[in-house]
Amino acid sequence: MSAPVWNNKVVKWVDDRLPVFTMLHHSAYEYPTPKNLSYMWNFGSLAGFVLVTMILTGIFLVMNYTPHADMAFWSVERIMRDVNYGWLIRYIHMNGASMFFICVYIHIFRGLYYGSYKAPREVLWWIGILILLAMMATAFMGYVLPWGQMSFWGATVITNLFSAFPIIGDPLVTWLWGGFSVDNPTLNRFFSLHYLMPFVILGLVVLHVWALHSVRSNNPTGVEIKTPQDAIPFHPYYTIKDLFGMGVFLIFFMFFVFFAPDFFGEPDNYIPANPLVTPPHIVPEWYFLPFYAILRSIDFTVFGIPAKLLGVLAMFASIIVLFVIPWLDTSKVRSSKFRPVYKWFFLILFIDCFVLGYCGKKAPDDYFMGIEGLKVIVVGQLATLYYFAHFLVVMPIVGKLERPKPLPTSISESVLKEGANA
Amino acid sequence: MSQTVHSSGDHQPDENRRDFLTLATTAVGVVGTGVALWPFVDSMNPSKDVLALASVEVSLSNIPVGQAVKVMWRGKPVFIRHRTEREINEAEEVALNELVDPQSDEARVEKKEWLIVVGVCTHLGCIPMGTATGEARGDFDGWYCPCHGSHYDTSGRIRKGPAPKNLEVPTYTFLTDTTVKIG
Ligand code: HEM
Ligand code: FES
Repeated sequence: MSAPVWNNKVVKWVDDRLPVFTMLHHSAYEYPTPKNLSYMWNFGSLAGFVLVTMILTGIFLVMNYTPHADMAFWSVERIMRDVNYGWLIRYIHMNGASMFFICVYIHIFRGLYYGSYKAPREVLWWIGILILLAMMATAFMGYVLPWGQMSFWGATVITNLFSAFPIIGDPLVTWLWGGFSVDNPTLNRFFSLHYLMPFVILGLVVLHVWALHSVRSNNPTGVEIKTPQDAIPFHPYYTIKDLFGMGVFLIFFMFFVFFAPDFFGEPDNYIPANPLVTPPHIVPEWYFLPFYAILRSIDFTVFGIPAKLLGVLAMFASIIVLFVIPWLDTSKVRSSKFRPVYKWFFLILFIDCFVLGYCGKKAPDDYFMGIEGLKVIVVGQLATLYYFAHFLVVMPIVGKLERPKPLPTSISESVLKEGANA
Repeated sequence: MSQTVHSSGDHQPDENRRDFLTLATTAVGVVGTGVALWPFVDSMNPSKDVLALASVEVSLSNIPVGQAVKVMWRGKPVFIRHRTEREINEAEEVALNELVDPQSDEARVEKKEWLIVVGVCTHLGCIPMGTATGEARGDFDGWYCPCHGSHYDTSGRIRKGPAPKNLEVPTYTFLTDTTVKIG
């Protein structure tokens, strides 16, 4: 594809000195996109949209927020009651965090199902996981800012995780706090970093898209683009589809903002932080629940490593393992559509994550779904076991043993065949 | 050195000299960066004013036998319990080998009737219940941490649950019979 010719003199003058227009043209018109992308491919751009929304609402919140242990809670209440449209800006930001994780989790499961992590997309996948980690740090620190009971005790429990490390543990926690407990210095540094991290995420997103544009989008068949017939230009075909998806998504998002703004939240966070009283039941935000369940499920010692440290290591390992799945998956076929056995294991993993989430929400000694005798902690342990077994055992073995269904020779062929069958 | 360069006639010594310079420059650069970074890292450690708030004085005269209070010390609660005869006996009678973190009761108190411990669960930092009258005290009559279910005894020692260690005993001195200075 040749470089575009610019007729407008101003555009040409700028483009000769800084080729922004050529770059935009290149990534919108010339970027060949598989013609069979489903709605599962909408969530990347949706996540990007939510990121921008978070940055904008965040900047306006900061104009009225006070990062001080004595004033933070009341400054947020003032935003809610007195600042013009403050309630709206805060509710968008609060629910936006949940929307961000919904989009990104769907986006990740999409990648897992269609094998988008496999060669040549490993680096693209890695950057995605880094974005997930950065999002978690950002959301965790943001949740501390309103300085309610859950903010304070969530921060206490999570920062205390680091005390599990031998020798360096305690000094590390004191360093994180800037004191001997979660207090004003902690709030101040979390505020500083909460402002910084979204821009780090933005930088990672640029790298993510850059990597995407050099390896190209995967698609539901998992078969690469082979001829120009397999592809269509991104603009206008996918710009319009992304916009349509955004409209539908905004209905969902705004439903919560206007009609159920505290649906994802915890009522205890409307009580000002009190360092002398722990709420009876501490739960993290919903997007952390599966990880919290993995952390808590380790209540035993192995080879003299204490349970507390093992739990922390297991929790970190549950994300680290995602970095190596491009090599753990031994199947030659990308898309699970053509993997009759793995498909079912994928479904189990999907359900497993919800089971973990449920276990993270409940107290360890509760009964699972009210089933007498079945403790949440035990179910959490089994679900944790499956989570790791899925990646470390199922992926390598099923990939070797399974006989995949015949792949279409090209994207075009699969589209035509599905059209004929419809 | 220049001697060798001239006399040997090949480029080997010259390359060694370059390697040395590269290495030395890298080393100075790394150490320099480390030195420059340290003030930033250390600025996140507790500041002087935070360290200065290191002690409190508490009057014990209005804590009746069998009751306990919470006081703030370095931003965390300290539990002061006026133990009953029975509670003291319970604490003293346990065999050390039954304990998760073995420590005798004598080693944890100055005066038998006063138990003073930092009220922070050694698991993940919640405040255990059992100080205010009527709160659940767990299976061992001391404290119960609701976060993940740790039980502490009447000496503040961990007996059951995920916490690895006994409640910490802060440094304290009795200024008089009824006032204690913590920290
Ligand atoms: C990756 C993007 C972001 C995420 C996931 C995120 C997440 C959060 C969360 C979960 C809260 C707690 C909401 C609540 O319960 O009240 C919060 C609060 C806050 N965030 Fe963000 N945030 C993001 C970006 C930003 C940015 C860029 C800024 C500043 C420029 C910002 C400023 C604030 C402020 C001032 C608060 C406290 C006010 C409040 O609690 O509503 N955030 N954030
Ligand atoms: S913090 Fe007390 S049991 Fe976990």
